[in-house]
Amino acid sequence: MTTDFIIGHYNYWVIIVLMMLGLYVVMSRGNLIKKIVGLNIFQTSVFLLYITIGKVTGGTAPIIWEGREDVVYSNPLPHVLILTAIVVGVATTAVGLAITVRVREAYGTIEEDEILAQDHEAEVTEGASA
Amino acid sequence: MFDAILPHLPILQVIVPLIAAPLAMMIWRPNAAWGFTLVVTWATFGLAILLLQQVLAQGVIIYELGDWPSPFGIVYQVDAVNAFVVLIISSIAALVTTYAREGILKEIQGRNQTLFYAVFLLCVSGLLGVTITGDAFNVFVFLEISSLSTYVMVALGAQRDKRALSSSISYLIMGTIGATFFVIGIGLLYMATGTLNMADLADRISNLGDSRMVRAAFAFIVVGLGLKLAVFPLHLWLPNAYTYAPSPVTAFLAATSTKVAVYTLMRFIFTVFGTRFAFQEATLMYLFMPLALVGMFIPSLVALYQVNIKRMLAYSSVAQIGYMLLGISLASVLSVSAATVHLFNHALMKAALFMALGAVVYRLGNASIHTLQGLGKQMPWTMAAFVGGGLSLIGVPLTVGFVSKWLLIQSAFEADMWWLALLIVLSSLIAVLYVWRVIEQAYLQPIPEGRAVKEAPLSLLIPMWVLVLANFYFGIDASLTTRVATQAAEGLLGMGGAP
Repeated sequence: MTTDFIIGHYNYWVIIVLMMLGLYVVMSRGNLIKKIVGLNIFQTSVFLLYITIGKVTGGTAPIIWEGREDVVYSNPLPHVLILTAIVVGVATTAVGLAITVRVREAYGTIEEDEILAQDHEAEVTEGASA
Repeated sequence: MFDAILPHLPILQVIVPLIAAPLAMMIWRPNAAWGFTLVVTWATFGLAILLLQQVLAQGVIIYELGDWPSPFGIVYQVDAVNAFVVLIISSIAALVTTYAREGILKEIQGRNQTLFYAVFLLCVSGLLGVTITGDAFNVFVFLEISSLSTYVMVALGAQRDKRALSSSISYLIMGTIGATFFVIGIGLLYMATGTLNMADLADRISNLGDSRMVRAAFAFIVVGLGLKLAVFPLHLWLPNAYTYAPSPVTAFLAATSTKVAVYTLMRFIFTVFGTRFAFQEATLMYLFMPLALVGMFIPSLVALYQVNIKRMLAYSSVAQIGYMLLGISLASVLSVSAATVHLFNHALMKAALFMALGAVVYRLGNASIHTLQGLGKQMPWTMAAFVGGGLSLIGVPLTVGFVSKWLLIQSAFEADMWWLALLIVLSSLIAVLYVWRVIEQAYLQPIPEGRAVKEAPLSLLIPMWVLVLANFYFGIDASLTTRVATQAAEGLLGMGGAP
């Protein structure tokens, strides 16, 4: 593994680090808001992955340059795709936060272990009352 | 007028509920919104029937959106498989809407009722979109439309039980991780091939051969979809989401959303990656088959011990996904058609069962096993429907459950794995046990003192019984479903990588 390889794939290292970081936060944190933030970081790494795919070495913005045949353009398709994915990500965050608000109203907490404890309690009383 | 519609059936399928969703939201009165949704879903069902007829008559339909030709624009490619799954979704959507009015009036309050219909229509449109599209990235977009609306629908159950909220948020987190994995997979495929059109992808992957990037893409896509379809170890979101969602939502989700994920998995495995992709054979053999087998047994055993019958059926759904996965993992025309038939059959039986339970919840407020005591006498039609669906779930002859298990067992023998057939029968026996628990409570226990319950209203009973009768009808005359499913399986296996 040469330094060229490491530096040449700079974007990908960032993507991998962000991806793992996001996933780790989702799994390790009990606070729902932190989980959603983790989810966001995770998704952002994918946005970066797509944007990286779109880059063509030496390419310029993909707007047709009249009269120049020799111009290299970047690939616009991944950008368009990821714009859609960003919208999806924003929508997911919005829904997630809205449900978190409702969770807070119903449970009085947004810590996962306390929510689970309350759920478990409800289950026990459900079984006992029967 | 009619002739003008026919060539545009594929897009109408998606666009009708999509446009109807915001319109439903603007209708203030719940009953009017319900009526509107009813018309829209039945219209979609009608379109789906026309589409299936068209596909069976003419073969594959390729619909170019905005007239952009194939690899550049988004293409809707409809063959027997899609058309069949579209029919499943739209028929269940129509029946569930018919069923939903009373339940929604009781379980959701005020303004949320009209919002529910809007979200429901969005979900229908998302599921139909996933099924019908021929573009890999489009699958992701529609998958998220349907998933986001599902999270909201599950959370709407919070009025009856606050646990709907916690199950909705955990579903959201797992579902989003799944979807993001899927998108990473699509991105890697795009890097490897430079295209997103499924037919084009299939072509280029089979020319590319086995590369590490394609393998990585395959892994990401399989895990991502695995989360969405609740394959055994990735199923944790499912039981809670199904248990605490409003009853009509549970009936709809159980019958459609995992089915669509199964379809997408089949589409990617067989059409996009193709049978020539060597890595896949190993995955089917050493990953899918063991997971399918474990999935057939463990969730069934867990189901045996559930107090809440809704949760019991949810675990049984996870087990049923095991059968479909088994059909996929054998990868023969017979086994894939068994999996496809089971998509349809499981939709019929689970929708019927959850509708029957929904009627119990409607009258008694919960679905605990002790609530069911003596209910066979007090709600005879509802419990009879449950028994009908239960028989089908077990796989008793003359029901649809028997047809799919029969095909699956046949394909096990065809693959020279007689022990698989044995395991399929064994796992069905567990289903006998958990269905029996309910029957025992409902028919052999006395009515608890002082409980007066009326039979469920007709608007709940009619859609329920339509499904139960369909369970028997397609169980006795399976020629239509098996013919479509065989054609579907041939399409799936033939199109991918036949040399």
